[in-house]
Amino acid sequence: MVPLWQIFLTFAKIGSFTIGGGYAMIPLIRQEIVKKGWLSDDEIPDIIALAQSAPGILAVNMSIFAGYKMRGFKGSVAATLGSVIPSFIIILLIAMLFTGYQDNPVVVRIFKGIRPVVVSLILVPMINMARKGNKTWWAWVISAISLFLVAFMKFSPIYILMVLIVTAICFTLIKERRSSDD
Amino acid sequence: MIDPVIFLQLFLVFLIIGLFTFGGGYAMLSLIQTQVVSAHSWLTESAFTDIVAISQMTPGPVGINCATYVGYEVARSAGGSHIVGILGSMTATVAVVLPSFLIVLTIVRFYTKFKDNKIFEGVMGWLRPAVVGLIGAAAVILMINVSWSGPSPDVSVVADNFPDWTSWALFAAATIASLFFKVGPIPIIIAGGVLGLLIY
Repeated sequence: MVPLWQIFLTFAKIGSFTIGGGYAMIPLIRQEIVKKGWLSDDEIPDIIALAQSAPGILAVNMSIFAGYKMRGFKGSVAATLGSVIPSFIIILLIAMLFTGYQDNPVVVRIFKGIRPVVVSLILVPMINMARKGNKTWWAWVISAISLFLVAFMKFSPIYILMVLIVTAICFTLIKERRSSDD
Repeated sequence: MIDPVIFLQLFLVFLIIGLFTFGGGYAMLSLIQTQVVSAHSWLTESAFTDIVAISQMTPGPVGINCATYVGYEVARSAGGSHIVGILGSMTATVAVVLPSFLIVLTIVRFYTKFKDNKIFEGVMGWLRPAVVGLIGAAAVILMINVSWSGPSPDVSVVADNFPDWTSWALFAAATIASLFFKVGPIPIIIAGGVLGLLIY
């Protein structure tokens, strides 16, 4: 049985070396967990698929599931704490430091240059996701309508997601019934 | 003395954000933006942009970084001390993780049934393109302001993020570097900071 503190430390290591998003974490999970023999290679795709199917942060979801597979509920708590606590401490220190320097003229100039590039760092992943994921014209329509409603009509994204979830469930149920009638 | 209601509000807002984040950290940014900046006016657009920049440069999941930072800022500006800020960051971080924790542990039990579920596949097929639109909206909101005070919308540039043509040039250069040359976010943010220091 894998000790809980080792699960915690391993996910703390993975969490603190993951810069960017959850997908950057996958090779690290392989290296740290599969090589130690705690999980097998075949279990990794399952972990990714399940992490994607639940709402929330992908990296955290993968830790919850991987921890659960290793040691049940306790393992998932240890893995979650491990993947959250390092970034929590690092960002908290930065936040406390930054509030003292927010009005420093050098910091102001640096952030004046950073702000416009951050906008493109949100825009570009969206373009890449659209090109990869939007395979039908209908998907492009959904993307365009939700962009328009949130950016220009000030709709809350939560209502849009709720309406889509309900519509999708109805649609799928009707389609299922039709195909079973045939 | 700080009003304890702010912690309750932070908790509820981040619980909802955690529950409705489909498709990763960028999708979460759009929810944080609409809740924290637009709905509650806890932060300005430019303060939010700074937090996104710092969250992307710091190790760890962007969503956790952003929740921790926003929780700290909101509680600190309401209560004035670092301790209150730390309590706020804990509140936001726990709240944002809690829904995924409960949901992942629930579906783990039904996973083999869940894997080929047609309804689940159907829902994701509708949500994925919507999330793309939501992320696009987050970027648009950081560029232009639309307000509906009169019968027709009032559109203006977000001056804190785009004060002059230089900032649009930086935006264009970053977009090209990232889209066509696959330059990673950290080199782009560092380059933006260095150029900002040299130009302004």
